[in-house]
Amino acid sequence: MRNLGLDVLLKGTNMLRLLEGLWVSLRISLIAVAVSIVLGLIIGSIMTGKNVIIRAVTRLYLEIVRIMPQMVLLFIVFFGTTRVFGINLDATAASIIVFSFWGTAEMSDIVRGALISIPKHRYESAAALGLSKVQTYVHVIIPETLRRLIPLSINLVTRMIKTTSLVMMIGVVEVLKVGQQIIEANRKSSPNAAFGVYLVVFVLYYIACRPISFLAGRLERKWS
Amino acid sequence: MAKELLKIEHITKSFDETVILRDLSLTVKEGEVLVIVGPSGCGKSTFLRCINGLETIQEGSIYLDGEKINDRSANLEKVRQKIGMVFQNYELFPHKTVLQNITMAPMLVQKKPKAEAEKEALSLLERVGLSDRKNFYPRQLSGGQKQRVAIVRALAMHPEILLFDEVTAALDPEMVREVLDVMLDLAKEGRTMIVVTHEMSFARAVADRIVFMDGGNIVEEGTPSEFFDNPQTDRAKKFLSTFSFDRIEKKDEYAGNPI
Ligand SMILES: Nc1ncnc2c1ncn2[C@@H]1O[C@H](COP(=O)(O)OP(=O)(O)O)[C@@H](O)[C@H]1O
Ligand SMILES: [Mg+2]
Repeated sequence: MRNLGLDVLLKGTNMLRLLEGLWVSLRISLIAVAVSIVLGLIIGSIMTGKNVIIRAVTRLYLEIVRIMPQMVLLFIVFFGTTRVFGINLDATAASIIVFSFWGTAEMSDIVRGALISIPKHRYESAAALGLSKVQTYVHVIIPETLRRLIPLSINLVTRMIKTTSLVMMIGVVEVLKVGQQIIEANRKSSPNAAFGVYLVVFVLYYIACRPISFLAGRLERKWS
Repeated sequence: MAKELLKIEHITKSFDETVILRDLSLTVKEGEVLVIVGPSGCGKSTFLRCINGLETIQEGSIYLDGEKINDRSANLEKVRQKIGMVFQNYELFPHKTVLQNITMAPMLVQKKPKAEAEKEALSLLERVGLSDRKNFYPRQLSGGQKQRVAIVRALAMHPEILLFDEVTAALDPEMVREVLDVMLDLAKEGRTMIVVTHEMSFARAVADRIVFMDGGNIVEEGTPSEFFDNPQTDRAKKFLSTFSFDRIEKKDEYAGNPI
């Protein structure tokens, strides 16, 4: 049988180190996701308002985030702030900031889109039944908005988890970086390690994201 | 004589600078079925929406049961419980089942216990022939079924007056009848109703009084036979003529000689 280079994973604590690396990635993305959901709900609701200045500012924010590659944002925050402002930010904190900044923008846009897709008639038919404003939001508008929101936001979450592989560029030792370290250390004894290690990294990402996209698919079918 | 349930006095409604309803007055007695007809865009929907406060009026007064309901001090949520409204596009809540659509307002607004609200919803659904659909979602229903559910949803609040805004206009022709039959049934029961419709034969059958609106005001009113058989104004005549076709005269060369 061909040597797939999987043997290195059984050496020492290599597998455990990879899992720890995965946890580093997941932790960054989960914290950023939590921040993005909370801020996204708030900013997204504000974006549907009538205030022209708020709308212009939020649109600019979203545009900047969309245009700027995440890697550039990471470099600006990590290297830029340390030099220019003398703030000593560790790489993980910088990553969480950048991912929250990105996630909040995308989440706000998803929330805004879901809110404005609720037709005006929905508010009116609730009002015509005698529901108060608060009752209308709690029992009609928010449940429907959440249903429209969840598939898209779950998609965002998996995108955020995937993109954490970039944080090794500013020195965070996450799953991909650990993988590289293992490959380097075993270059002599297992020349085929690269294949085995990256295959496992691939599987780990799959295991982390699959339940989330599965859930998204289920909800989408249920609520379509 | 039946008492006056709804009294509308000299109301004016405008959007920005455009006047939509001008100095309109109308009284509806208890148990009366009033049908409003008129060309598209003449303000029929706006008029219904002013009655239950979905639109605010600039001038005039609206009284329900002798109580002025277009004041700032009026409790709109209370008023709307007494006025049931059914829209052209059903407007059911898509994330709720048929039963939940119907019981939501009685439970939330009138604080009815769930069991009582459901029992009543079921007996109303039975009446419109939809009790087997109680756990369906709106997207699983046909247009005619949705509209019957929407009517039941309005009825579940025990309104004193029902407003119907072209409730069959969005339906496929074969589903119109099942909805109109429900409305006829409600009329027979003695409900007070204001119906906006383009179904002229239905209007004639259901109405105690026909009101013809054009250009934001009432142009003519009368009993169905007065209005349909003997319209007084040119505008009413012209409007009614759009519903009938004159027999075409074929040129001689084609007569009895299909091409
Ligand atoms: N929200 C609105 N803003 C501005 N104009 C409106 C609005 N709603 C209705 N209108 C105008 O009011 C007029 C009457 O509309 P409507 O009451 O819907 O007529 P109908 O129901 O008789 O067809 C139309 O000219 C329409 O364009
Ligand atoms: Mg209309």
